[in-house]
Amino acid sequence: MRTRPALAAAVTVAALLTACGSGGPPTGGDGPSAQERTLTVFAAASLTGPFTRIGEEFEAANPGVRVRFSFAGSSDLATQIGEGAPADVFASADERTMTQVTDRSLTAGDPVDVATNVLQIATAPGNPTGITGFADLTRPGLKVVVCAAQVPCGAATGTVESATGVRLSPVSEEPSVTDVLGKVTSGEADAGLVYVTDVRRAGDAVTGVPFPESSRAVNTYPVAALRDAADVPLAQDFVGFVTGPQGRDVLRDAGFGTP
Amino acid sequence: MRPRGAVGRRDGAGAGSALPRWVLLPAGAGLALFVLPLLGILSRVPWTRFGALLTSESALTALLLSLRTASVSTVLCVLLGVPMALVLARGHVPGTRVLRSVVLLPLVLPPVVGGLALLWALGRNGLLGPALSVLGIEVGFSTAAVVLAQTFVSLPFLVLSLEGALLSAGDRFEAVAATLGARPGRVLLRVTVPLVAPGLVSGAVLAFARSLGEFGATLTFAGSLQGVTRTLPLEVYLQRETDPDAAAAMSLLLVVVAVVVVVAVRGRRSAP
Repeated sequence: MRTRPALAAAVTVAALLTACGSGGPPTGGDGPSAQERTLTVFAAASLTGPFTRIGEEFEAANPGVRVRFSFAGSSDLATQIGEGAPADVFASADERTMTQVTDRSLTAGDPVDVATNVLQIATAPGNPTGITGFADLTRPGLKVVVCAAQVPCGAATGTVESATGVRLSPVSEEPSVTDVLGKVTSGEADAGLVYVTDVRRAGDAVTGVPFPESSRAVNTYPVAALRDAADVPLAQDFVGFVTGPQGRDVLRDAGFGTP
Repeated sequence: MRPRGAVGRRDGAGAGSALPRWVLLPAGAGLALFVLPLLGILSRVPWTRFGALLTSESALTALLLSLRTASVSTVLCVLLGVPMALVLARGHVPGTRVLRSVVLLPLVLPPVVGGLALLWALGRNGLLGPALSVLGIEVGFSTAAVVLAQTFVSLPFLVLSLEGALLSAGDRFEAVAATLGARPGRVLLRVTVPLVAPGLVSGAVLAFARSLGEFGATLTFAGSLQGVTRTLPLEVYLQRETDPDAAAAMSLLLVVVAVVVVVAVRGRRSAP
């Protein structure tokens, strides 16, 4: 009787730890009849919409395969992969971030470029401030929000600035493109520099203003199967599926360009 | 090491203070949950470049902005929080329980929700936004927005500490002073406030620490611009994108400040 609380505590702790641990992908077990295989895809946040659809189509084409996603900022994902997160596929929003993973030889084979994305100006619905081009963003009194230089959309913004010689004085340099979009949809900012796919995704909440100089900073999205994937051939199948006709269609519908 | 069988043994003498031994296991696990991440930070701090990373221009600017805004927020917390605590503890106003719950709210809200709430109240398109614009005030993207966000999340710490101190101090001395002819204002300043000064100081220190660590509400409500709204936690969040070493060094700085604050508050508490 005396040991029961101790036992109960030990059992509870053990149960909790097992419960926490069971979320990982199945490892080893190349048994003859692995009924269900799980593929874990780490993908840039801007790919959330199209990749969710591609995942469903991949599952339909491969019975018994379950695709699960972790969507976040590319460099967060690259850091997690470097720290040993159980990912099978990595899709980055720019080549610089993919390099962090390839430099450490963590990919299985070379990354494949699957999509491109360019910047667009997002304004309040109907473009009430009448912005027509990149140079308009320097208009006095206009509150402009951009991405910080440390993240891919901010790097692209910097490239456009140096290519055009137009220097912006933003009121905020946000850590992610979704934060920029949020400042525009909430009305706090008059304009923000986001990706064309973000404008598409935001629907009626913003009006997009394309500008020709955006072609000076085209972001390329590489995808790679990872060396430590639980099932490397399956991961490579997924990469092939994304770059195949079905994947390209979905990405084009979301506003992405073809590399 | 004691055998497992000894776990849960209770002593006959002084039984009131004896703990069953198995309590140590989850308590130790809980302690490890705090200590391990701290060791994690220490393991990543690049000690050779530590000084250089902390004295980089962006780190210094963020640190100074954090210290400035957290100080102003603490002053605001005292100015607004002391009267609130007095009303809660001594006011005898109806609905004190509801009021107390409202004051507690920022403590349990995710800070990003607090930031959105502030935006919807004081932002350009918020409840008071149009009225503020008429007055020529635009809070968004300003250092004032940082201070508002910090005050919003820190105020409960001051109010709760002080209210606790007021309740445990009781109102006997105040009653005596009143019977001796002191007016309410004099009683408040000469009796009540000195009586609860330790509670007030520890509340203010906690509010300062919470302000220093504020992240979610600041980013959502104020944005992130060097020297204007990018406080140290926002700088850590941004630097980790490209320079994890700098992020680790600044994280350690925040931990050190937190430890100093905790020690300061503890020291106060245990003082007679």
